[in-house]
Amino acid sequence: MTWTRKILRVNLTAGTCQAEPLNLEWARQYLGQRGLATKYLVEETDPKVLPLAEGNKLIFATGPLTGTSASTGGRYAVVTKGPLTGAIACSNSGGYFGAEMKFAGYDMIIFEGRSEKPVYLLLENDEARLLDAAHLWGRTCWETEELIKHAHQDPQLRVASIGRAGENGVLFAGIVNDLHRAAGRSGVGAVMGSKNLKAVAIRGTRTDAYAPADPEGFFKAVAAAKAVLAGNGVTGQGLPAYGTQVLMNVINEVGALPTRNHKEIQFEGAHAISGEAMKQPRDSDGKPNLVTNNACFGCTIACGRISKMDKGHFAVKDKPQYHGASGGVEYEAAWALGAACGVSDLEALTYANFLCNEDGFDPITLGTTIGAAMELYELGLIKKEEVGFGLEWGSAEALVKLAEMTAQGVGFGKVIGLGSRVLCTSYGRPDLSMSVKGQEFPAYDGRGLQGMALEYATSNRGACHVRGYMVSPEVLGIPLKMDPGATEGKAPMLKAFQDLTAVVDSAGICLFTTFAWGGPDIQSMIQPALGGDWSLERLMLLGERVWNLERAYNLAAGLTGKDDTLPPRLLNEPAKTGPMKGKVAELGKMLPEYYQVRGWTPDGVPTPETVARLGL
Amino acid sequence: MNITLKLFATLAVHLPPGARRSHQAEVEVDAGATVMGVIQAFRVPLGQCALVLVNGSFVAPEALAGKVLAEGDVLAIWPPVGGG
Repeated sequence: MTWTRKILRVNLTAGTCQAEPLNLEWARQYLGQRGLATKYLVEETDPKVLPLAEGNKLIFATGPLTGTSASTGGRYAVVTKGPLTGAIACSNSGGYFGAEMKFAGYDMIIFEGRSEKPVYLLLENDEARLLDAAHLWGRTCWETEELIKHAHQDPQLRVASIGRAGENGVLFAGIVNDLHRAAGRSGVGAVMGSKNLKAVAIRGTRTDAYAPADPEGFFKAVAAAKAVLAGNGVTGQGLPAYGTQVLMNVINEVGALPTRNHKEIQFEGAHAISGEAMKQPRDSDGKPNLVTNNACFGCTIACGRISKMDKGHFAVKDKPQYHGASGGVEYEAAWALGAACGVSDLEALTYANFLCNEDGFDPITLGTTIGAAMELYELGLIKKEEVGFGLEWGSAEALVKLAEMTAQGVGFGKVIGLGSRVLCTSYGRPDLSMSVKGQEFPAYDGRGLQGMALEYATSNRGACHVRGYMVSPEVLGIPLKMDPGATEGKAPMLKAFQDLTAVVDSAGICLFTTFAWGGPDIQSMIQPALGGDWSLERLMLLGERVWNLERAYNLAAGLTGKDDTLPPRLLNEPAKTGPMKGKVAELGKMLPEYYQVRGWTPDGVPTPETVARLGL
Repeated sequence: MNITLKLFATLAVHLPPGARRSHQAEVEVDAGATVMGVIQAFRVPLGQCALVLVNGSFVAPEALAGKVLAEGDVLAIWPPVGGG
């Protein structure tokens, strides 16, 4: 089977590293990665623990398809209680780090306690050591990775680290691996920083740690599934060529591109920051922003963007360290740093995104928090003197300066680093935080896409687009076309999407495969990988179990059905332009039905029958 | 009559050369022109028309031939795309 059946428990307080057997009973109920790590967190921690307290745990977890030949099988997740939301946090990353953890022989690493001094974990197959990180504290993720590889004379070490944002308690700090892949959302990097854990460096060379239960069946299924990805227009052509950024013009045209802190729903500068614009030669230097696409471990889609900036751009003209190729903007980042702030300078967005990768913080929450600050500034609530410069809508200079200040933890950057909920509350306008459960929206407006409104309101980790992705049916027609303005039928479709997504995440593969793969494609690989009876029905029930376990954790943490809501702006202020002009998010029409199809009470609590049916 | 034709991603090559950078052009079509008629007139491969919007609203593949355009309409077309 493709579990290694071993986990590593690292007690940072005691400074110990201890291997122990994986709980296989739980693995069969929760599969791996997101689901299984959540089960461990639920069983081992008090849900009311403060996220940055010593009692919280931080779990790095792979899935049974991580580190196999399954396409995109390189994913890992970081699961903890999130400081941005106070809810369950599960942040998922690609790159090569996750597969390396499996190669070293571990399904999961659980960090508990808090180290007295900064440390990093060096894991080389069976040898795990906590080493002094005093010389790394204060360094960026990029510097940290280079210094660790140099210190151990091993360029093939895979490193996941926090930058200064995680050290400084930025509530949306992420964990960056392989320079520009990140467990980016919900503040998992702040939890790592609170534990004085700077980095995890892994080198795995074991070939005997795991193997498919049915090798021939597994490789046949993997080959067939790869052919499906290659033959699909989205995964075989669209994503490799234009990346996720091709959505910028799509979502603007359908009237669902939140603009200037959701005041508007279409952005006049959308084309200038789109995937198409990234490929065009710049007027300034005749070179395109996009250098090439990029793939994570085992991926046959390769949607990643690698960009080079215009060396003469104001943000980097005196900073040659940013003149090389690095991780470019994906759609969500380009939207948040761009449309949400009214900024249409693609080079400025690229630079801000470089900083997010370099110092480990989430560009979605960064951009949306700056957008909220710009609205507070427009209203006269934030003064120029507090910030040191003006926060006019569309100011690329302000965006760049605030990104730098957040990375460095100085000046008004310390305020931005607490996210939009804290920011807007502290200026007396909590209603202007475009967030759910404290986490900011990604790049789709719930007034234009009603299913996304329901998805945001019900997501267990706060506003999120990768807990269901109703954009697929509402815009792209995958697997079938639904009217984006309608509320009918959205609740059962969202439930199915949420449950399947939980399966995909828990398996250790990338959600983007589902533009081409359905449940049967994924089941066809899990069955021979693990052996036993892994029917599609069992997997979908497993996905539902994961979703309900996360929900139960949140309820135990103190959240209630009242938190399944949206900011007043989305519920009351109609869209001003586009095909959805006049629409608001009609959450009240969908939420009761959603609770019903989930088997929850009218207050949003899983009924005893649901709990029993799912074996929770 | 005039409409705005927007061809995104790899479809931009079917626009007049001067319009490819902006991915859109004001074009003159016959009164009563259909979406399918415009797709054919600009030699956009039908198999590449994965997402078709008129004024931001979705037009299903089976409705392309019957969807009549009006003066000032915005017709936008993409090949297969996805993201998130």
